[in-house]
Amino acid sequence: MATAPKVGIAPFVGATAAQVATQALLRLEGWRRPALRVLSIGFFFAAWHVATTWDMDFYVRFQNIPTPAEVLEEAVVLFGSAGFYVHILASLERIWLGFAIATTLGVGLGLLIGWFRFAEDTLFPPIELFRPIPAVAWVPLSIMLWPTERSSIVFITTLGAFFPIVLNTIHGVEGIDRQLVRAATSLGAGRLAIFREVVIPGALPSIVTGLSVGMGVSWICLISAEMISGQFGVGYFTWVAYGIVKYSQIVVGMLVIGVLGMLSSALIRLVGARCMPWLPRRMKDGT
Amino acid sequence: MTNGAAGRIEITDLGMVFGRDGRTVEAVRRFTLMTTPGEFVALLGPSGCGKTTVLNAVAGFVPPTVGRVVVDGESVAQPGADRGMVFQQHSLFPWKTVLGNVEFGLKMRGVGKKERKSQAHAYLNLVGLTGFEHAYPGELSGGMQQRVGIARALVNRPRVLLMDEPFGALDAQTRLTMQELLLGVWREVRTTVLFVTHDIDEALFLADRVAVMTGRPGQIRDLVEVKLARPRAAEIITSPAFMALKARVLAQVREESARTLSRPRP
Repeated sequence: MATAPKVGIAPFVGATAAQVATQALLRLEGWRRPALRVLSIGFFFAAWHVATTWDMDFYVRFQNIPTPAEVLEEAVVLFGSAGFYVHILASLERIWLGFAIATTLGVGLGLLIGWFRFAEDTLFPPIELFRPIPAVAWVPLSIMLWPTERSSIVFITTLGAFFPIVLNTIHGVEGIDRQLVRAATSLGAGRLAIFREVVIPGALPSIVTGLSVGMGVSWICLISAEMISGQFGVGYFTWVAYGIVKYSQIVVGMLVIGVLGMLSSALIRLVGARCMPWLPRRMKDGT
Repeated sequence: MTNGAAGRIEITDLGMVFGRDGRTVEAVRRFTLMTTPGEFVALLGPSGCGKTTVLNAVAGFVPPTVGRVVVDGESVAQPGADRGMVFQQHSLFPWKTVLGNVEFGLKMRGVGKKERKSQAHAYLNLVGLTGFEHAYPGELSGGMQQRVGIARALVNRPRVLLMDEPFGALDAQTRLTMQELLLGVWREVRTTVLFVTHDIDEALFLADRVAVMTGRPGQIRDLVEVKLARPRAAEIITSPAFMALKARVLAQVREESARTLSRPRP
């Protein structure tokens, strides 16, 4: 369109060719970043392959580390057996339960603490006191407190997710623009309506950030708790694999944890974006 | 689109004193102003003169320290939908669409969904925003956001419309367009308007009367009748009558600004 044909048919052909080339370049441009990302993971696996097949030893020792091929072989075997799914399902169940409880408590308490001074004075001090204690430090006490292994691990998982969720919720409520509250009252909103129409949606971006962080922490807590006290779960599986010298299984366990963690974070982001259609995309991505 | 009631505002001997950092600041002193129903009154003064404080007292956001604010015989005790407020900026609910924002007041009153929608549409049409119902405030320009703010306040059919420098954050061209739009809207919806501004042209162009305020503590220094014919078009600001009024107001505002500047900040 831009290059007007001057003579004969040649420029026309040229223009078309240029257009095709531009189109191709544009298409390439669209693929560049995803391609780079795939390449970066590929590079990691290649480095792993080289380090383990050559048994490299430079202070860090790769002799006992399984190669990617060995791990893949082991993964095929494991995913073909029903036993491995029992571990995965056990972990998923604990994460789901722990995270759901932490979300309910964390968002609920966070909204109250953030909005009502009385709730802040009565509920916040114990939270501040317990927050610095890492959830893993609760493991011994948790085993004594809770009747079953399942409930004690869910407790640890809940604890891990609870603090980031409650703190981010409080932060979100406190960051609400007072002018929006004034606007709502001058439009006839009562106390309950303000809570529902202004406080909750106003805090939502921060709540979703809290959920995202909380999900990460709850995986850390789950795996640690399973390694220390479990009889099932991916964490337990990974730790036992070390004890019985099944090194490939360790890596499969780790990768499964990585993938499940990644998927659960993606799920939070997806739900978050769905709940907050007013935010521009770049704000939805980052936490 | 006819509004039933236009309110009579009676502000009598209003005094507003705030405590700040252990010191008290007297923002407004012995402020008295009466409006007739349907009148457009501008509060004009240097920044920090307490004009917004007066507006907040009428809105019911801040109780008077002394004196009384009465709207249609009722003493103002708290914010209410009978006194619509348009803020300077960033007062739309970002999580609600344009339609959701405009419907808000009706929703608070328990108006049914269908009725809410049709009324909101009417007011969006009035401010020229038909077609933007489903946009979010963040997707609109500053001028469009303020138009939503005006529609959102008017949908409640307030007796009084309070406007706190609503066009202060807009660029000069948009501001002029918005001023003309506001006069057009006001012709349709005859509500009483109390309009805070520090822009002399804006005050004289829009208002029936302009209350020129002193520096803090804010009092009324002069009450200027603007007897320019309506409907007014933007060209009026170059007319001799307008210029004469402007000269009178400008001298006073400059004096007050100078006084404010030469004084140590509280």
